[in-house]
Amino acid sequence: MRALTWHGKHDVRVDTVPDPQIVNPRDAIIEITATAICGSDLHLYDSVIPGLAPGDILGHEFMGRVVETGPKSTLKKGDRVVVPFTISCGACFFCTQGQFSACDNSNPVEKQEASELLYGHPMSGLFGYSHMTGGYPGGQAEYVRVPFSDVGPIVIPEGPSDEDVLFLSDILPTGWMAAENCDIQPGDSVAVWGCGPVGLFAIQSALLMGAGQVIAIDHYPHRLELARGLGAKVIDFKQTHVLEALMEMTGGIGPDAVIDAVGMESHGFAPDALMDALKQRVGIGADNVHALRMALMAVRKGGRVSIPGVYGGLADKFPIGALMEKGLQIRTGQTHVQKYTRELLQRILEGEIDTTFLISHRLSLEDAPTGYKNFHGKQDEWTKVVLTPGAASRPAGGN
Amino acid sequence: MPRRQTDLPLAAVVLALSVGAGLAAGAIMKSSPKRPPDSAPGRTARRSSFGDYQIAGRTVTIKAPRSRIYEMWRNPDHLTDFMEGLAAVQVSGDDVTWVVDTPDGHLAVETRLVEQRENEALAWRSVEGAEIEIEAKVRLRDAPAGRGTEVEAHIAWIPQAGIVGQWAARLRGADPKIRGKQELKRLKMLLETGEIATSTNRKAD
Repeated sequence: MRALTWHGKHDVRVDTVPDPQIVNPRDAIIEITATAICGSDLHLYDSVIPGLAPGDILGHEFMGRVVETGPKSTLKKGDRVVVPFTISCGACFFCTQGQFSACDNSNPVEKQEASELLYGHPMSGLFGYSHMTGGYPGGQAEYVRVPFSDVGPIVIPEGPSDEDVLFLSDILPTGWMAAENCDIQPGDSVAVWGCGPVGLFAIQSALLMGAGQVIAIDHYPHRLELARGLGAKVIDFKQTHVLEALMEMTGGIGPDAVIDAVGMESHGFAPDALMDALKQRVGIGADNVHALRMALMAVRKGGRVSIPGVYGGLADKFPIGALMEKGLQIRTGQTHVQKYTRELLQRILEGEIDTTFLISHRLSLEDAPTGYKNFHGKQDEWTKVVLTPGAASRPAGGN
Repeated sequence: MPRRQTDLPLAAVVLALSVGAGLAAGAIMKSSPKRPPDSAPGRTARRSSFGDYQIAGRTVTIKAPRSRIYEMWRNPDHLTDFMEGLAAVQVSGDDVTWVVDTPDGHLAVETRLVEQRENEALAWRSVEGAEIEIEAKVRLRDAPAGRGTEVEAHIAWIPQAGIVGQWAARLRGADPKIRGKQELKRLKMLLETGEIATSTNRKAD
């Protein structure tokens, strides 16, 4: 089959690789009909997340049709499914608590050592990501092997197009959980750093959850425009002093909750951000936490801090004083996708949530390297890239 | 405030005043009986050996009843289903021979069942003349709040090649501490999910 593979920093290629097979009883094989490039794929593209090997198949936002099932899979051939990026067994203590991204049993045993060392505990397996999360081949390919297919994939009824539901795989639940982690009370002010896909879905979700106002912070004009279109107020950090503006826009109190939807590759020219970027570049392992520092300073006393943005290592100059003295609450984590897919599918089917506004570019899988280059280099216009594999451009494709 | 009493013997305090701090600290430590007994299992101690013995052990919580896990260990010939480091198990009554994969090939360890408490504990000890002197024990406890069973497995052994051998084994990925932990995790996967997770995309040819 054809698949997008990683070969090093800024080097991804479409290669011909062996087709996947059923390996374990609960597996299914999915023929991909649509897959997207995610912001966290760019962390891999930039080589700031450790633990990739040349030839790894990327991609963790995908959907398609079931073409083969293991004896313990509950899917049927022909089922149309969206697959969560988190691989979860559904049976362990964490899965039964709804903490699917903390699954004990989906990260292969021999791959757990590194994350145990770095994080204290291993996390669940993830598709198309670091070997610390299993190194599972991803879905920017014609086919993918889906472990625990009786737990993760959600069957999509005929009717909605692939593009209507594709983002149930990651960014829509991720934005939703980011807002849920803010514990929004009626009338709350919520500030969101980063108007990428997750930030935009977090804005949409926060407004649905009853926020009085959502204030979006970015510097890309088009992305700010998208945020405004969703009903957010916007701040361009290149034009405005963000902390002052947030105080003025919240009656001198500060936002009740803040969301860092930027993560470890923060932009900006503040001294701390430049220092972090330098350390990241020379490989001494510090994550760029500029957006998070700002969020911790901005949030009101006793406020809530939600971190959907991806971090992988350690942080320097972390404002632990602001965190403690202001009595803040932090909630974060890789998304527990399986916890949200059913409810969010329902909201999509009822027309309450639309996700297609985000898609700026549609490419064939063969053109995926161009998609990476532009999603990385032209972030203002390239807000979301959807890829269609060759096998799916036959009439069976969903859109 | 009442003046604080000191339990230090006078001699130690005098010593502390008269000689270097390091030596004095040693004297104070030895003479202070105040350290309470530690609740942590011995294998987590900072010291690395216990007499001639090395010890390794690990606890995992498995969502399965004690009886099911006990049965697996009581009939150890099935352990090769999930233990990657175990090449074969030969059972004859209470005598069990474990054939273990090592970087230097197979090592057969002859043991005898020395403790058997139904659904609670099993232990095996190497027989006289065995290639390696070892004792292995599995203990089962109900986990709190219906979380299943806490499975604690530990082994104590006399290393064959001393400290150099141990480090060599560690570098070759044969460290019993890591291997034991990984085998327990595989057992957990098998019992909780019916399979052992792998990211390989194809069956082994």
